Amino acid sequence: MENKFNITGAEAITLALIEEGVDTVFGYPGGNNLPVYDSFYTHEKEIRHVLVRHEQGAVHAAEGYASANRRVGVCMVTSGPGATNLLTGIADAQLDSVPIVCITGQVVKPQLGYDAFQETDVVGFSMPVTKWNYQITSASEIASVMAKAFYIARSGRPGPVLLDITKDAQTQIIEKFEYKKCTKIRSYHPKLKPSETSVNEAATLLNNAQRPLMIVGHGVLLSGCQDEVKELAEKLDMPVASTLLGLSSVENDNPLFAGMVGLHGNYAANMMTNRCDVLLAVGMRFSDRVIGNPEKYATQAAVIHIEIDPSEVGKIISPAVGIVSDAKSALQKILPLIRKSSHISWLNQMREFQAKENETVINENLSKLRMGKAVRVVSEKKSGSTAVVADVGQNQMASARYFSFQPGDSIITSGGLGTMGFALPASIGAAYTKKFQNVVCIMGDGGFQMTIEELGTIMQYKLPVKILLLNNNYLGMIRQLQDLYYNSHYYFGEMQNPDFVKIVEAYGIKAEKVDNLEALEPAVKRMMDYNGAYFLEVRVEKQENIYPVIPSGKAVDEMLLTPNN
Amino acid sequence: MNRKYTLLIYTENHVGLLNRISIIFTRHKVNIESLNTSPSMEEGVHSFVITVNTSLAQAEHLRKAIEKQVEVLKAFLYEEKQVIPMEVALFKISTANLKSGNALEKLIRESSARIITVEPEFLVIEKTGTQSDIQDFLRQLSDFDVREFIQSGRVIVTRPMGKLKDYLLELEKQEEE
Ligand SMILES: Cc1ncc(C[n+]2csc(CCOP(=O)(O)OP(=O)(O)O)c2C)c(N)n1
Ligand SMILES: [Mg+2]
Repeated sequence: MENKFNITGAEAITLALIEEGVDTVFGYPGGNNLPVYDSFYTHEKEIRHVLVRHEQGAVHAAEGYASANRRVGVCMVTSGPGATNLLTGIADAQLDSVPIVCITGQVVKPQLGYDAFQETDVVGFSMPVTKWNYQITSASEIASVMAKAFYIARSGRPGPVLLDITKDAQTQIIEKFEYKKCTKIRSYHPKLKPSETSVNEAATLLNNAQRPLMIVGHGVLLSGCQDEVKELAEKLDMPVASTLLGLSSVENDNPLFAGMVGLHGNYAANMMTNRCDVLLAVGMRFSDRVIGNPEKYATQAAVIHIEIDPSEVGKIISPAVGIVSDAKSALQKILPLIRKSSHISWLNQMREFQAKENETVINENLSKLRMGKAVRVVSEKKSGSTAVVADVGQNQMASARYFSFQPGDSIITSGGLGTMGFALPASIGAAYTKKFQNVVCIMGDGGFQMTIEELGTIMQYKLPVKILLLNNNYLGMIRQLQDLYYNSHYYFGEMQNPDFVKIVEAYGIKAEKVDNLEALEPAVKRMMDYNGAYFLEVRVEKQENIYPVIPSGKAVDEMLLTPNN
Repeated sequence: MNRKYTLLIYTENHVGLLNRISIIFTRHKVNIESLNTSPSMEEGVHSFVITVNTSLAQAEHLRKAIEKQVEVLKAFLYEEKQVIPMEVALFKISTANLKSGNALEKLIRESSARIITVEPEFLVIEKTGTQSDIQDFLRQLSDFDVREFIQSGRVIVTRPMGKLKDYLLELEKQEEE
């Protein structure tokens, strides 16, 4: 960019955003960010500002945008309550490694610390949940700090960055504005090369494995190594399981795909974790929802852990070989050292586990008006690339288990924080990227009511989001826990719900409801064919439990397929 | 098993970094026993010396969580036998003690402490040593009515011969282009 002379701090913020390739900002105005809004006003063609209905919506939309686009998502809010409303989304982005830059307005510098109207210490309270944060109190800092913010958010293990910018910094005049992208910070080493020794050791283990298993996580998608994963799996004849956030890294109908690991994952993926002899974990962090009882997790296996964040290696599971590196670089180094193998009986074992889950769980779920059925019908009726933006609860597990992800599809959901209300605003962000032919937002009746106000955003900007509400009239996942661990004391699980169709129609969005199995397919087809936003409420069975499940404190291979086994 | 560990942390000199580091201890419910911050030999690099009482696994986890912070250059973890530690303490005592015999002067000499100032009303003694040297000295001073006592955080020199610069160069080499 050419240097600019005598511009305001607010103008500098806008120019910096443009320079970083930002085309969309999700935001909400207030007294302490109005100078930036005034600058946006003159740059309407370069930067689109999307007015959400609540700041939590802005940050989740930025997350949805970032995850769909593999670019930094941006949200902009005012000080005080605007800033505090971001917190849930920032924590969400931190746990799920989502690159976002959040800009908060702040009171003028002389008022800092004096309890001025709408002053909060956002830098202080966001510190534990940001990858980096900084308060800008002088316009002269804007260029260098914003460049640093975008670099930190997107590089290495991505994450949320918060910039708090005082109002006087927004109005000060900068005599000469020079913008240079940041490419290096002395104290920050985001991308280390895989060590040769660890790569060789990993290859040896894999070449000698009789029962190898790969588990792919979000890191595969973040580093874009889906092709390498596939090549390695095919070369080694190695089954591939996935975490929740890694689901769209392998096409789910690939014969080597073992399904999802974890609490409500697939039977084969979990059973094989405790039967394999070499476990290759790529870009995942062994979260407690994935591993069940850590003492009984894959103790028989030599674990190879490929992970970009050095603090993750050995944090939960001590690997035989730890490779600190970007997943793609590591797999590219390992691949040439791999000999072609075949593991017929091991793969047969997988098919037996899969058949067992089909017979005892899946087929039944697909024969009734249940969550899994509704999701499966969407999966079958959609045409073209689809972002499945799933909320939290039973509906999330049904989305993960019953949608068949194909190349080009993507799952966008709240993994680490499990944030109810994430999906509706995140699907707004995903819709803006235009990366998908369909954006399908799958929610429960509880979560829908947490960010329901974002229907207004969908209405105002005519976003073609397809909303599938899986209504069981319950906080279903809570009811399931009470069923399993609290003597079925369904205390505050059942909800009195409004007429959702009427609410959605009041927003001018096309809406319908289905309460029998025969009507499901045609309704889903209407929704997917419709040109524009569409809301489909499916009245699913009220008291369905999600199976299989790893009971609390149990090992992954102690997974139950049914309540009695 | 809980033991004393010392973390030596090199950072950029950045507002709020102390908070960023200290909340990591808070989050893990580990108490900071002592903390010292000072400029280092390298230009613009700050050092923190933090001691904690915890398990090795927890201490190593803390070290990694600290090193993960963007503005932390490097964090090292040491057991007691790997460091040579020192602390400084100051004691304020009434000057009257000097006039009533030479017991105080004798104690100061024998403890390798020193008087750094004598005012009409009080004198200030400085004692450099390990935590236990200083505690011993404080106990021995109990007859002299200590009015104020303050002790610095721990500073250390480590036994390994590596230089910060070398570690940083090494990291740079591991970095991907
Ligand atoms: C913000 C938030 N509050 C509470 C929870 C705890 N929680 C997890 S699942 C769940 C029930 C979700 O109910 P609903 O949205 O109807 O989904 P269902 O499980 O019925 O599909 C609750 C309350 C949470 N994850 N997030
Ligand atoms: Mg529900």
